[in-house]
Amino acid sequence: MGVFTIILPEIFLFLSSTLLLMVGLFYKRVNIINLLTFLILILTAVLVIYQPSSFGFNNSFVNDEFSKTIKALILIGSASALLMFSPSRRKINIDIYEFPILISFASLGMMVMVSSNDLLAMFIGLELQSLSLYVLASLNRNSLQSSESGIKYFILGALSSGLLLFGISYIYGFTGNTNFSLISATYDKDSLGLLIGIVFVCSGLAFKVSAVPFHMWTPDVYQGAPTPVTGFFALAPKIAAVAIFLRFLYSSFGETAADWQQIIIFLSIASMIFAAFAAIAQSNIKRLMAYSSIGHVGYILIGMACFNFEGVQSLIIYLILYLVMNVSVFSFILMMKRKDEYCENINDLSGLYKHNPFYAILIALSMFSLAGIPPLAGFFGKFYIFMSAIKSDFYLLAVIGIVASVVSAFYYLRIVKIIYFNEPSEKFDEFNSSSLNLLFFISSGIVILFFVYPSPILNIGNYAAKTFF
Amino acid sequence: MNELPILSILLVLPVIGILLLTFISNNSESDVNLKQTALWVSFLNFIISLVVLFNFNQADPNFQFVEKYYWLGDTISYHVGVDGISILFVVLTTFLVPICILASYNNIKFSMKEYLIAFLALETFMIGVFISMDLILFYLFFEGGLIPMFLIIGIWGGERRIYSTFKFFLYTLAGSVFMLLAVIFMYWEVGTSSIPVLLQHEFSYDAQIILWLAFFASFVVKIPMWPFHTWLPDAHVEAPTAGSVILAGVLLKLAGYGFIRFSITMFPDASHYFAPMIYALSIIAIIFTSLIALVQEDMKKLIAYSSVAHMGFVTLGIFTFTIQGIEGAIIQMISHGIVSAALFLCVGVVYDRIHTREIERYGGLVNRMPLYSFSFMIFILASLGLPGTSGFVGEFLVLLSIFSVNTYFAVFATTGVVLAATYSLWLYRKIIFGQLIKDDLKDILDLSSREIIIFVPLILLTILIGIYPIPVLEIIEPSSQLTLEIINGKMN
Repeated sequence: MGVFTIILPEIFLFLSSTLLLMVGLFYKRVNIINLLTFLILILTAVLVIYQPSSFGFNNSFVNDEFSKTIKALILIGSASALLMFSPSRRKINIDIYEFPILISFASLGMMVMVSSNDLLAMFIGLELQSLSLYVLASLNRNSLQSSESGIKYFILGALSSGLLLFGISYIYGFTGNTNFSLISATYDKDSLGLLIGIVFVCSGLAFKVSAVPFHMWTPDVYQGAPTPVTGFFALAPKIAAVAIFLRFLYSSFGETAADWQQIIIFLSIASMIFAAFAAIAQSNIKRLMAYSSIGHVGYILIGMACFNFEGVQSLIIYLILYLVMNVSVFSFILMMKRKDEYCENINDLSGLYKHNPFYAILIALSMFSLAGIPPLAGFFGKFYIFMSAIKSDFYLLAVIGIVASVVSAFYYLRIVKIIYFNEPSEKFDEFNSSSLNLLFFISSGIVILFFVYPSPILNIGNYAAKTFF
Repeated sequence: MNELPILSILLVLPVIGILLLTFISNNSESDVNLKQTALWVSFLNFIISLVVLFNFNQADPNFQFVEKYYWLGDTISYHVGVDGISILFVVLTTFLVPICILASYNNIKFSMKEYLIAFLALETFMIGVFISMDLILFYLFFEGGLIPMFLIIGIWGGERRIYSTFKFFLYTLAGSVFMLLAVIFMYWEVGTSSIPVLLQHEFSYDAQIILWLAFFASFVVKIPMWPFHTWLPDAHVEAPTAGSVILAGVLLKLAGYGFIRFSITMFPDASHYFAPMIYALSIIAIIFTSLIALVQEDMKKLIAYSSVAHMGFVTLGIFTFTIQGIEGAIIQMISHGIVSAALFLCVGVVYDRIHTREIERYGGLVNRMPLYSFSFMIFILASLGLPGTSGFVGEFLVLLSIFSVNTYFAVFATTGVVLAATYSLWLYRKIIFGQLIKDDLKDILDLSSREIIIFVPLILLTILIGIYPIPVLEIIEPSSQLTLEIINGKMN
């Protein structure tokens, strides 16, 4: 029994999800299943937080402060996605009980992946997560776009998994180990094969994280998938992918950071610059958020490249604030309905402040936050990232990041412009979904008031960063 | 008195005003409740800042009314205080905001609530810039003010408002982000972002050059200095009247204050190295933009270009590293804040009546608007720097200081005074003097009582500071002297 207590949260999540899956076969009340899954996720998060830090399963499973923080974030993100699911499900034709079950299986995969200390364990978690996500993307069976996004995600994801496995096999071949700690011990600096393995694994992981140039799937999948699913994609999987990317590099190749820092710096610069310019042309809000998330990943990768305490701390802070900002934006997107049809074009927001001034200012401030303008939360995320970059003497990286930040401010400002400076278009349907309103107000509140009381989130960042430094 | 967190009250009171405004429903036709609430809140803030001013110990050059609270960890705190240099800017800000609100009573035709909320938010940010004693906090307020200004110009502005507000926002942001990187670098080098500590630290020469340039990138756009001034005419022309007033009156001073507080004290060697460049740019600004002002057809654009010229004197004075230069620059900024604000209000008065800013459409207003003509005259004379008005004091001190540094530059700068006279008097003559022959002007009304209330304090201040500037100079002298001592201490 003792060997299984370390994975108590995962076992709990697995057993309850499977149980709900079978219950759903007969009971079919989607609302109840959704609510139960939500409670299960929250309970799992509580279990995660109270787990003691330890290693398990022959050192291939690790439960330290970093993984506990990330797992809590993942579960919060998944729970938020479930709250977003309920009001919209009939209209988007995803009124099936499999949605919450798939979300919880994806979360399970992410939890296993984030806690993995071994390449194979990482791959198992990655595949469980990815398979759930592929199905989620194509959940709307009547929509061509949804099916297209699912197929695209599946094919490209399978390709990247192939690259990942290829890299894993090279690493195993040239070090004889798949365990991160053991790889670190037997690292051979001059091994070309090992370097090839690292590059391929990084490529596979960069796909999951949607860093440039492995980002091509993101805009199409985000746009085509049903909006609650897109909301989920923007939250939990990205956090999980960043976390495993970090753990893989830091635990296996911590001694020789200089070898892989260049890779991460390149991914970061490419993502920031690309996203800054590509999003300017977008008019579909889901696609725009996809490019925006690519840009944010660029900044997160700066924190990863720094390889010091401040780097990890800033990365965690940015992930938390990124989660909050995206919950805010996606819950608002789900409220944008006109005559019961969902609006996805940013021009649908024209003159919003005349009809709903309170919502307009909150979403406008969320946009400013995404752009990184003080005193909103997004500024602090970027601030800490640049703090760690300058501490590590990555001056050029910081300058490129800051210039990309200014360029990307344009398309966030354009949304504010559409809300405030354009002639009002037709009024939206009443914003009367209680779960979406709750999500929107709580998350915008955090975004706007973060600067008044930033300590809790900063302390979480401190706590998680202690694992590596 | 010193236990009361009075500076934080100055910051928070406009926010309380915003909360009050959100809960007042704007169902009455004239939005009277909204306007009166905003007016009284901002007036109360002005009274509180006067209380701070009267309790300010003029002999003490250090920061007073200091408050420090834990904010982002042990090394970055919420740290506020005022010294002789910043106190007057705080009072200027709290003085101008009620005037702006009063000036907007009749010319904002829609969304009054959002307008007043934006102005109160802007007031918080502007006060925050001047009172912050922590560089990160300074940056937060410095950049944060862009958001309400963006909305003010973009929603209630003129025809090309969207273009000019985007230009204003992105141009200013692009400059300021480099300052953020410099601030972060300084934080890691010194271990804290507290301004008093950073003022004492001596940076290496190479670091100073880069840091000075980063801060310069931000301030050169915001002051604005030629050739990074191109956002200003657009922003001023397209902004609503009160928006232009606050833009010219306070927002430009944020950067001038930044130069004095940061650039010359924290990077003295770099400042000396770049001083000739600053002199050249300032003089180009003074002469060139005065000439451009002379050919303008739009009243607001003319006054906007004159703002650039006046700020040229400010930068000229700061980088002479003399007590006359620094004090002259500060008084010039205070005076320009009052005079330029008043000039934009004058334009607003006739714009409210005739709805055009074209100079050609006006002429002979003295025949029907004697009070207005008198007020306008005071401010035009102050703008050109007539002795007896506040404009003279600052300009003269700056010219004294540049004369002591380099006589050639002084000659060029003094010709700027002549040019200022040309465009100012030309504008006045075209609008006010002459025959009243245009039809739409035949029924024009003189100043209403609300407008008189707006202009009287501005006129009084302009003349008082011009005739008796000693009280103002006494407030700014000890801190300016301390600034120079810090610079000279580091240079030796």
